[in-house]
Amino acid sequence: MKPNTATTVVAAALYLMAGAVAAQISDNVVKIGVLTDMSGTYSDVSGPGSVEAVKMAVEDFKAKEKPAFAIEVVAADHQNKGDIASDKARQWFDRDKVNVITDLVTTSTALAVMKVAKEKNKIAIVSGAASTRITNEDCNDVTVHWTYDTYALANGTAKAVVQQGGKTWFFLTADYAFGQSLEKDASDVIVANGGKVLGSVRHPFPGTDFSSFLLTAQASGAQIIGLANAGQDTTNSIKQAAEFGITPKQSLAGLLMFISDVNSLGLKATQGMYLTTGFYWDMNDATRAWSNQFFARRKAMPTMVQAGLYSAVTHYLQAAKATGSNDTQKVMAAMKKARINDFFASNGYIRDDGRMMHDMYLVQVKKPEESKYPWDYYRVRQTIPAEEAFQPLSRSKCPLIKN
Amino acid sequence: MSEIFGVPVAALMGQLMLGLVNGSFYAMLSLGLAVIFGMLNIINFAHGALYMMGAFLAWMGLTYWGIGYGTALILVPIAVGVFGVAIERTLLQWIYKLDHLYGLLLTFGLALVIEGVFRYQFGVSGKPYGIPEPLTGAFNLGFMFLPKYRAWAICVSLTVCLATWFMIERTRLGAYLRAATENPQLTQALGINVPLMVMLTYGFGVGLAGLAGVLAAPTFQVSPLMGSNLIIVVFAVVVIGGMGSILGSIVTGIGLGIIEGLSKVFYPEASSVVVFVIMAVVLILRPAGLFGRDS
Repeated sequence: MKPNTATTVVAAALYLMAGAVAAQISDNVVKIGVLTDMSGTYSDVSGPGSVEAVKMAVEDFKAKEKPAFAIEVVAADHQNKGDIASDKARQWFDRDKVNVITDLVTTSTALAVMKVAKEKNKIAIVSGAASTRITNEDCNDVTVHWTYDTYALANGTAKAVVQQGGKTWFFLTADYAFGQSLEKDASDVIVANGGKVLGSVRHPFPGTDFSSFLLTAQASGAQIIGLANAGQDTTNSIKQAAEFGITPKQSLAGLLMFISDVNSLGLKATQGMYLTTGFYWDMNDATRAWSNQFFARRKAMPTMVQAGLYSAVTHYLQAAKATGSNDTQKVMAAMKKARINDFFASNGYIRDDGRMMHDMYLVQVKKPEESKYPWDYYRVRQTIPAEEAFQPLSRSKCPLIKN
Repeated sequence: MSEIFGVPVAALMGQLMLGLVNGSFYAMLSLGLAVIFGMLNIINFAHGALYMMGAFLAWMGLTYWGIGYGTALILVPIAVGVFGVAIERTLLQWIYKLDHLYGLLLTFGLALVIEGVFRYQFGVSGKPYGIPEPLTGAFNLGFMFLPKYRAWAICVSLTVCLATWFMIERTRLGAYLRAATENPQLTQALGINVPLMVMLTYGFGVGLAGLAGVLAAPTFQVSPLMGSNLIIVVFAVVVIGGMGSILGSIVTGIGLGIIEGLSKVFYPEASSVVVFVIMAVVLILRPAGLFGRDS
């Protein structure tokens, strides 16, 4: 009898142990969903490059940390549409047991997925989208906004331009949540620094011909035409402004430009422009080392969205390992507790409103003759400390923050 | 300075001019679609992709083989046309007798494949194509600076549109084409090689798309998405003008370009919708389109 009892006890213990482990990391798998624009306007900014960055993060994490759990990555195309994004998020959370959805380029999709994540008690890490709404009026406790936001962009670029004498502004704004948010944040910064906003024109997203809007901007007589749009809308605006002789009489300020935009327009068209970025590949040995690995896989240098995504996913996986859990609250608490130190951020941390605080950089695009090797595009003019780059909590509209 | 609804007349004239520029692009693209639909009964959804291909061929020609803009303007439409002929011979010719839907689906699929190939190869951010040296600079029209290149684009596209209209409506070749559309069997019985004509028509139609692509390359960023951004509007133009109507597509293309330009002045937010509102109204009042004949 005795051996049998012993067997039963051992079996029961094993069963309980297995149960206990399962309660921590469900099925012993951490599943990451990359929801991004795989083929549209923003697919160079994030898209397949973002999926690659996540895969790199997972590979490096596995090699370095040797986790006891398996890690899976799934990816899908949200086509920059909020409804598609939220449908996919529901499917991933409900059926496919995805623990965290990330990338989320385009503000409308980020806002949609954040809501679903809150409802399903899962995590959303936004790297692609820009609106400050994500950590302000629409904030929640399961979302982290990693790479940049419209406040940081406006604060970096608009402030620098106003201080250099660009006092009067006219905006060319993409007519959706992101563009409006960027215009508003930039206007606040301009006025606060003694500049003046003469007006704005809102163009449909995505647009093709911007000449009409540019003529309106030209007629305003503003010194600076602020481009509160992104991706191809920005590149076409810049190209057409040159065609109509608007530049160099009036100057353009690209409020959100990525290195992929500069690469596609060329330095001749973009030289001298100021822009704010969360990452530049050629800053130090660590950024160069990672970016060169990325380049070997994608044949392009990473944008800040892609670099930020690597950092975010690594941080998430470290929190999952530290807590031995993929429970949303436990992992979020661990993520908010640990500091972020990697090639992307130094001494970064996540605030209660979900904002990941890290330094931003004001850069100026080099002249063609100053560029010595491929992708040698920026001169870093200023490091903007995290506390200055992002909106202070005292002005927060996030319900989680008690002011 | 006098004003109309709060907008200075000079600014308004500028916007009208820009509307004309865009309208002439719409006209050239919708003309190709109308010709193809009229002769082949195919709703060619690959048109935008072929326009994009034209722009990319111009860029590739300049970057890889040193072929300048002027040469590209002649060679690229021919290359795109030949590509079109290959499509017609291998795919389209089998589906003429089927419902429109099959042609639409086939060409839509083709468009996705062509775009996908270019996107894979070049990414979506696109490639810069400079304005050719003799056409840089602008004319001062008093009320606006019209870039020389845009003026050139209007001239080329209007000339091509009118020449096409003349060829189809006023020449013997055009008469054959129209006869082949009306009654292919009888036309063939009279000794005219109808399949050859159909093939060349498709090649010509998509060649126009290629030409529009070359014309667009210096003003828009050459990108795999440039066709799909434009094609929906162009289809609306064809529907408003009357499917298959040559003159209809030219007039409507230019007209809608101007209306769109005006909406950009008075209510920019609506500028991407206005074309479709007009389409809905026209379809309610005249289901065959403004210039279409009721069948």
